[in-house]
Amino acid sequence: MPFTAKSGKFSASINTLTMGTGEKAIVLGGENVFPFYTFDAPIANAPKVGIEITDGGLEAEPDCVKKYYEGCTTVADMAKKAATFEGVDFLSLHLEGGDPNGENKPTEDLIKIVKEVADAVDLPIVISGCKNVEKDAEIFAKASEVLDGRNAVMLAAKEENYKNVGASAGLAYKQVVGAESADDINLAKQLNVLLTQLGVDAKSIVMNVGTAAAGYGYEYVVSTMDRIKAAALQQGDATLQMPIITPVATETWGIKESVATEEDMPEWGDQEARGIDMEVETAAADLASGSNAVILKHPESVATIAKMIKALI
Amino acid sequence: MALKGLDIFKLSPKKNCKECGSPTCMAFSMKVAQGAVSIDACPYFSEDAKAAMSEATAPPMKTIKVGAGEQEMTLGGETVLFRHEKTFVNKTRYAVDICSCMDDATIDAKVAELKHVDYERIGERMYVEMIDVEFDPASGADRYAEVVKKVAGEGRVLILDCQDVDAAKAALEVCKETKPILNGANAQNYKEMNDLATAAGVVLGVHGADENELYDTLAALEKLGNKNLVFNACTSSVKAAFASAVQFRKAAIKDSNRTCGYPSIVNVSKLAKGDSHMQAALLSLFTVKYGSIVVAEKIGYAEALPLYGLRQNVFTDPQKPMKVEPGIYPINGGDENSICLTTVDFALTYFVVSGELERSGVPCNLIINDAGGLSVLTSWAAGKFSSSSIAKFFQEQDVEGKIKCRKLCIPGKVAVLKGELEAKMPGWEIIVAPREAVQLVKFLKDMQ
Repeated sequence: MPFTAKSGKFSASINTLTMGTGEKAIVLGGENVFPFYTFDAPIANAPKVGIEITDGGLEAEPDCVKKYYEGCTTVADMAKKAATFEGVDFLSLHLEGGDPNGENKPTEDLIKIVKEVADAVDLPIVISGCKNVEKDAEIFAKASEVLDGRNAVMLAAKEENYKNVGASAGLAYKQVVGAESADDINLAKQLNVLLTQLGVDAKSIVMNVGTAAAGYGYEYVVSTMDRIKAAALQQGDATLQMPIITPVATETWGIKESVATEEDMPEWGDQEARGIDMEVETAAADLASGSNAVILKHPESVATIAKMIKALI
Repeated sequence: MALKGLDIFKLSPKKNCKECGSPTCMAFSMKVAQGAVSIDACPYFSEDAKAAMSEATAPPMKTIKVGAGEQEMTLGGETVLFRHEKTFVNKTRYAVDICSCMDDATIDAKVAELKHVDYERIGERMYVEMIDVEFDPASGADRYAEVVKKVAGEGRVLILDCQDVDAAKAALEVCKETKPILNGANAQNYKEMNDLATAAGVVLGVHGADENELYDTLAALEKLGNKNLVFNACTSSVKAAFASAVQFRKAAIKDSNRTCGYPSIVNVSKLAKGDSHMQAALLSLFTVKYGSIVVAEKIGYAEALPLYGLRQNVFTDPQKPMKVEPGIYPINGGDENSICLTTVDFALTYFVVSGELERSGVPCNLIINDAGGLSVLTSWAAGKFSSSSIAKFFQEQDVEGKIKCRKLCIPGKVAVLKGELEAKMPGWEIIVAPREAVQLVKFLKDMQ
C-alpha cells in the first residue's frame, strides 16, 4: 500500500509582487502552499535573495566581506560588483548613515548615493532606511522621486510614519511600499490595513514582519510568520497575503557570534565561518518559516542560500 | 480520529471513585481527551473499552527513547505542526558522522572536534549528542565493530548506520548496552534487522528509496509487532528529504496516520557532502521543519552557535518565557569599579541588552533581577520589578560587598523608580538609561 499524503494546497494564495523593471525584474509570492511545500502544489516564484551594501561603502563592511569588493572606491562600484555575485536577485542599499543618533548624514548626500547606485545597476533595488521614523520618511520621499520608474522597494513604512511613506512611495511614485512591524501578526495586519486605507495598492505592499538572529528571540519570528501564512492561506485573509521580505544581515552581523574576533574567543575558531553560518542558518530558518525574500551581506551566504532555494523548488 | 471527552465518558465506569486522582469520571474523561493523563490511571475501565480507547487516544507521534543512563534522551512525541498551536516537546538532536573507512587518527580527530563544542546557554547544555557510525563494506564487519567499540565510550548516543546484517550484529554485540539506534532496516533486510533490534532492545531505523518504500517497510515492521522505530528522510535529493520529513509529520499529526508517526533522521552530510555552509543551512532548515535527528559532517562552533540558539528558541514553551539566571554579569571585563546597569531576567531582554553593552566596549556590570522572566514593563506592572524588589535583590546578592562603584543605571521605561530607589538604596547614584537598548552604546560612551 503506497503512501498517500493529503494535499495541503489552499484556495487562497500569496499576492504576486514585481520588484524592479525590465529583464532583471523579479516576482515574489503567488504560492498557495506553505514554504517549500512543492509536494502540495508547484511554487512558481522561488524565494529571492538580495545582497546588502551600505552608504558607508567599503569601510562599513565587516573585514571578511571587504575582500570581495577589492578595488571598489565608491558605493556605486560596490553595487556593480555585488550585481555580479552568484545568486544575487536584487540589491539592498542600507542607508544606516542617516540615523540622527549615528552619523546623521544629510538626506541630500544619501540621495546622491542612491542615484549613483541606481545608475550603476539594473537590478531591482531595495532602499533600507536608518530606523529613525522622521528621517526615514524624508529619505523614502526623496529616494522614491529619484528612483521614479524603477519599481523599487522602500523598506520600510512603520506605524509612526506610514502616512508620509505611503503617500510618497506608494501614491506619488508607485514604488513598492515595505510595511514593517515587530513580530506581531495583529500589528502587521493593522499596518497593511492602514496603508490600503490611505490608498496604497495592497498588491504593491511587501511586509517585513520582524526579524532576529538565530538564538535571539527567534521563536517570535517563527511563530509570527507561521501564523501570518496560516491566516493568509488557510483563512484567506486578504490583509495578510502580502509577500514577506526579511532583512537578515542587519541582525546577524552585529551580534557577538559574528563580531568577536578569534583573539577574543579562541575556542570559537574562524570568525568569517561564524559570520557566514550565523547569516546562512538565520536565513534558512526565515525561508522555512515564510520569507519570500531575504537580504544578506556575505557573498558566500548569498550563494549558499540561493543554492538551497534552488534545491528545494 | 481523536476522541472527544464525552465519547470517553460514555465508556467510563461512571463510579466517581476518585481513585484516578480526578474528582469525577467526567473530569477524568476530559483530561484523557486532552492527552493530559493516560487511560490506564483508571482501574475500572473494561479491557475492551481500554483497547478501543488506547488505539484512539494514543498520541499521533510515538515518543522514542534512545541512549542509556545519563545519555538517555527522548525523540518525537510531538502533537502539533506549529509551535504556536501548543508547544514542541522533544528538541532536535544533532549527530556528526564518522565512517569505518576512516583510519583511527581521522576518527580521533573527528571525535575530538565534535566534543570541543560543549557549552551552556540559558541553563541548557549545548553539545553534539550523537555520533553516526557509517558502515564501509570494503573494510568489513570486523573493522566496523572495532570502530563502534572505539567510539561507544565517548558518552554520545550512537547511530549504527549499517544495512549489512552481519556487521550490524557484530556492532550491536559491542555497544548494545548504550542503547544505540540500529539504523539499518530496508525493504530487503527488515525481517533480520527487526530480529536483531528486538533481541538487543534497541530502536530500529528504517530506510526507503522513496516515500512509498519507506512507508511500506514501516508498515511491515509494525505488522511484526515493532513500534520502536525511527525513519530516515529520503536522501536522493534535498527536495525529497524535505518532502518526506514534512509529509510524514503532517500525515501523522493532521491525518492520524500512525504508521508515519515516528521520529525522523535527516542526513544532511549525504545531501550536501563537502559543502559546510550548505550543511549549516540544512541543519537550520530541518530544525525548523521536522528533523528529530540531523546528521552533519562537522559541527564546530561556527555551525553550533546559531544552531543551538535557534533550537533553544524554537523548542521553548510559548506559555513559559525564557529566563536567564539572575545575578551579576561582568561585561567587557567589568570589575568592582565598573558602572552597574540593572534589568530583568527575560531572556530576550538579557540578550539584547548584553549585546549592546558588549558593542559599547565599556566595562560594566549587568545585574539581572529575578523578575519572573517577564519583560521590563510587564514585570513592573506585575510588581515583580519594583524599587523594593531591586533593593532586596541587591541585598540578597550582596552587590554592595562585591562592587565598589555606586552608579546604577535603570531602564528608561521604569524611570519612575528613580526616586524610590534613591530612598531605598542610600549611597547609590541612580541614573536613568535610555528606553531602548540600541541607544545604550551612545549613552555609555557619552557618559565616559
